[in-house]
Amino acid sequence: MIELINVTKHYPGGHVTLANVDLHIQRGEMVFITGRSGAGKSTLLKLIGSIEKPTSGHIKIGNEDISRLRRTTVPYFRLNIGMIFQDHKLLYDRSVLDNVLLPLHIREVHGAEATRRARAALEKVGLANRERSRPITLSGGEQQRLCIARAIVGRPRLILADEPTANLDDDYAHEIMGILQALNEGGDTILIATHDQDLIVRYGKRRLVLADGTLS
Amino acid sequence: MSLGAHAQHHLDSLITAWQRLRAQPLASAFSILVIGIALSLPTGLYLLISNLDRASNGLAEHTEITVFLKPKTETATALSLAESLRNEPGIRKLRFVSREDALLELQRSGLDDILTSLSSNPLPHALVIEPTQTSAEQIRRLDQRLRQRPEVDAIASAEAWARRLTALLDFGIGLTWMLSTVLALALAAITGNTIRLQIYARRDEIEISRLIGATDRFIRRPFLYFGALQGLLGGLTALLISGLAILWLNQSVAELATTYGSSFRLALLDVPISLLLLVGGALLGLAGAGLSVTYTLRDFD
Repeated sequence: MIELINVTKHYPGGHVTLANVDLHIQRGEMVFITGRSGAGKSTLLKLIGSIEKPTSGHIKIGNEDISRLRRTTVPYFRLNIGMIFQDHKLLYDRSVLDNVLLPLHIREVHGAEATRRARAALEKVGLANRERSRPITLSGGEQQRLCIARAIVGRPRLILADEPTANLDDDYAHEIMGILQALNEGGDTILIATHDQDLIVRYGKRRLVLADGTLS
Repeated sequence: MSLGAHAQHHLDSLITAWQRLRAQPLASAFSILVIGIALSLPTGLYLLISNLDRASNGLAEHTEITVFLKPKTETATALSLAESLRNEPGIRKLRFVSREDALLELQRSGLDDILTSLSSNPLPHALVIEPTQTSAEQIRRLDQRLRQRPEVDAIASAEAWARRLTALLDFGIGLTWMLSTVLALALAAITGNTIRLQIYARRDEIEISRLIGATDRFIRRPFLYFGALQGLLGGLTALLISGLAILWLNQSVAELATTYGSSFRLALLDVPISLLLLVGGALLGLAGAGLSVTYTLRDFD
């Protein structure tokens, strides 16, 4: 499903984050990407999510070479991906429900159908009773769950999670991982960037280690 | 994507734009007022020109051309000329003033002493003509036609006055267009600046929306509706300002018109021009918002 062929990413100034990375991930896999801070985990997810473009090489999602996508077609590609961000990236001046409705409105789903689907997503992450709250009133774990609800409400088949359990205590981290695992069991492909070795050991999924810009 | 979903999204964008407008009532009111004042200037000038034009057409009833016949012209010849001119096009009314009647009129006007010292009546027969049209061109043509008659000695016409009025009206129309163009640009700039500030205030929301798949078209739409709404309300404000100004000025105009025996009043904007003002305001707001949102979103790339 995901294929990286000889992918290199330079940032201005010449710093090489990824060098000649090759990677193949099957549909329905759950994969941990690990490595030290600055190893390039987030960069790898950004490249797969088409938030950034590789300096060289090819990235294929399904049959599409996304490294060749035009700027105007990138948003349509992103609709197929659920993104979970380390810093949540929530709209704090909107309600919990409005945050989950946003991806549906982008997909031109409105009205009762949108509300039904948003509530179902909130139900799935255990936030059904907080739909009228503002995200700022939620705990860190709840905000991360809200971020997951927003990522899954559009029913993407690929979920990219960047440090989804960072800054959370064990109970919250386990809760978040439980939700992601359930989604994976439902057939979704999930890539999780994390530096939490205990988490990786506990869930026993495939692990890719990034070090000095290369994968092992 | 179905047509219904597309229409629903437009409706949502319109509602979002209206909510954004209402979220900052004072700032919105000031922007709308500035746009309203900017639009009311060319609107007011247009009203002045159209009312002046209307008033000058109304003066047709009072515009006269006086044709003085040669001193030796016999009364019968003069009457015959008057009779033939009455049937000519361009002449609404014709009155024959004999030299005797003219003398009587002068005597009545207080020049009795001077006239009695004269041995004979020096005044010629005259024809007082009211033309059907008062445009400079038509008066000039009538004047030329009348001068070709051998009995005619001199003509005192309103041609020069009409020409000056027409030139003044043409100048006014040109000034209205120029002012409209300049202020249309100002309106687009005001809207564009408001939108630019809004975009920066919503930078996080825009960036998050883009990250989760929002197209530029999706992001642009509420801003475009905002610009159009602001322009529309600015147009409505201009309509109100010009309407109130007309109602206020009409009191003075009525008093002035009465002194001329006229019932003339300034007219309000007619329906097509009012609609043009509203639609024009909305379109200019839309254009300003469109330009602003396009250029500002590029900064976020």
